[in-house]
Amino acid sequence: MTLPIQDPSLAAEGLGVPPRRAGFLRGVLRERKAAVIGLAIIAFFVLLALIAPLISPYSATAQTCKVYAPPSASHWLGCDDGGIDMLSELMQGGRTSLVVGFAATVVAIVIGGGVGIVSGYFSGWADTALMRVTDYLLVIPDLVFALVIADIWGPSLFHVIIVIGILEWTSTARIIRAQVMSLKQRVYIKRAQAIGSGHPRIIVRHILPQVGPLLMANTVLTVAIAIYLETALAFLGLEDPTVITWGTILEHAFERTAISSGAWWAIVPDGFVIAIVIVGCFLLGQAIEDALNPRLKVAHLSVRRWRIRPLAGRGRDAI
Amino acid sequence: MRGADYVIKRGFFALVTIFVAITINFFLFRVLPGNAVTDLSRVPHASPALRHALLTEFGLDKPKWEQYLIYLNNLAHGNMGISFANQQPVSHLLLADLKNTIPMVTLGTVTAIVLGVFTGVLSAWRRGSAPDHASTNLAISAYAFPTQWLGLMLLILFAGTLPAGGMSDPFLFTAEPFWQHLADVGKHMILPAVTLMLTTYGSFTLVTRSSMLETLGEDYVLTARAKGLPARRIVWRHAVRNALLPVVTLIALELGFIVGGAVLVEVIFSWPGIGLAMYSAIGQRDYPMLQGGFLILTVSVILLNFLADLLYFRLDPRITA
Repeated sequence: MTLPIQDPSLAAEGLGVPPRRAGFLRGVLRERKAAVIGLAIIAFFVLLALIAPLISPYSATAQTCKVYAPPSASHWLGCDDGGIDMLSELMQGGRTSLVVGFAATVVAIVIGGGVGIVSGYFSGWADTALMRVTDYLLVIPDLVFALVIADIWGPSLFHVIIVIGILEWTSTARIIRAQVMSLKQRVYIKRAQAIGSGHPRIIVRHILPQVGPLLMANTVLTVAIAIYLETALAFLGLEDPTVITWGTILEHAFERTAISSGAWWAIVPDGFVIAIVIVGCFLLGQAIEDALNPRLKVAHLSVRRWRIRPLAGRGRDAI
Repeated sequence: MRGADYVIKRGFFALVTIFVAITINFFLFRVLPGNAVTDLSRVPHASPALRHALLTEFGLDKPKWEQYLIYLNNLAHGNMGISFANQQPVSHLLLADLKNTIPMVTLGTVTAIVLGVFTGVLSAWRRGSAPDHASTNLAISAYAFPTQWLGLMLLILFAGTLPAGGMSDPFLFTAEPFWQHLADVGKHMILPAVTLMLTTYGSFTLVTRSSMLETLGEDYVLTARAKGLPARRIVWRHAVRNALLPVVTLIALELGFIVGGAVLVEVIFSWPGIGLAMYSAIGQRDYPMLQGGFLILTVSVILLNFLADLLYFRLDPRITA
């Protein structure tokens, strides 16, 4: 199978053949080392989350060693304040954190993709209204907003997922909208309209497949943001106290004197797994975005919002 | 006069956004279901007189739309209700907290911008070199590690050498000279500000770097080189000035994130600011405080965004709409 985009400069001028999804991802992976590393990291953690109950050495809820026991041969990462094996807890926490990350991302991508497509495709008053809402949510400090909503609704895993989902769709909506607006001008869409295809059909059959890869990149990047926000909300005590996530592990360590007990092992590994997953998402998402068309001029903005894409220095120089 | 149009347009957007924030605030706390939330007069341990005063002041027995008008009117007079936790006016408490938050957040943000721009410029200048890779990787890591984790790490690393919490030494007498207090507060400010800096500087590095890479490829840079200007002068005097435009936009976009980071940092280091106040408000179910804190933080971010818009307009006269 040949690469859908052979030459980035072609895509830059809008001449590149719009990529087909599966082949496109394969192309990105073949071309970019960062994408392979990112995907490997994500795959590793997803696999680990799936088989955690089979391989975790101890129970993640029962006491198996002394309180804040340091790392040893039998407990590789030591124990927490309840004498629970840290390694098992991290594995269990990863399961929940990844579920929250992915579930919140699904919400965010569905809203963001929907708003972006409707807004870009129909323009007019729908576009104006939706973009005002988007602008508003872009400005609002998301953690503070999430904190207030999560507190009013009460601490629960489901609420955290919904809160993150309804806050993090804005950048996706913006990017998809820009893409759809340019797609709308393409000849094949005009043709489809001319032969009488309805709006739903054009959107589903002709627009959606074209924004697929872009949605994919945004999905991966949103997972990182969702996991990040989940740990922050959990740290502020807005997570269901009975579940174990990477966020609550940090919260417990902070609340229950891990620092004054010198129990760094209750804190350090947790931060590293979170950071590694986020870097993995960042590398993969960034690589996909880089390979995609550079028409998105919203590019050189925030890392967390309108994604940063190196405008110069593709390939070797790209971040 | 199209430039003036831009300023008016952005100003109007800021105003509308503030109004939406105020309205959402009302809806979140009063209209959505949840009894404890809807009834502002249920101040624990309040005398019946205070309760009655609040009831009439905020019109809690009236229909919702009338409550909304009363709420707007109260807000216009700076009245945000009474804190459930200590029966003080919310606006007084929050203003005192804001006074503590501002210096710490400003210090952290300004150092983050300076460090981010500096490392970003150096990275782009020496692209592909070992220092470039090191600084880029460091920036990505700083961005990836959770804010609260970075804070906890600093707590562990500097336990004993730097104060770990609070804003000043409680054992320092008020009779001590002013500069000694200032030094004490400064010492307490180091860890929170550095945490905030670490968690935000990464994105500034990455954006400055990519923006610089783009600018360094421009023709006028080539012209400057052809004229024989020293590289240092080209980079700092010619390229950086233009490359900083996206950074201004980034600062505006990151403000919301910085405020979120500030909340986490204040909680970790018990910095007596607005974030900590909101955190304790959550623990004490102190809804008026939570509502007030949310409103103040949101409105500040909106206003600062508007300021960034104006700055951008000043820096780049090409902007028209």
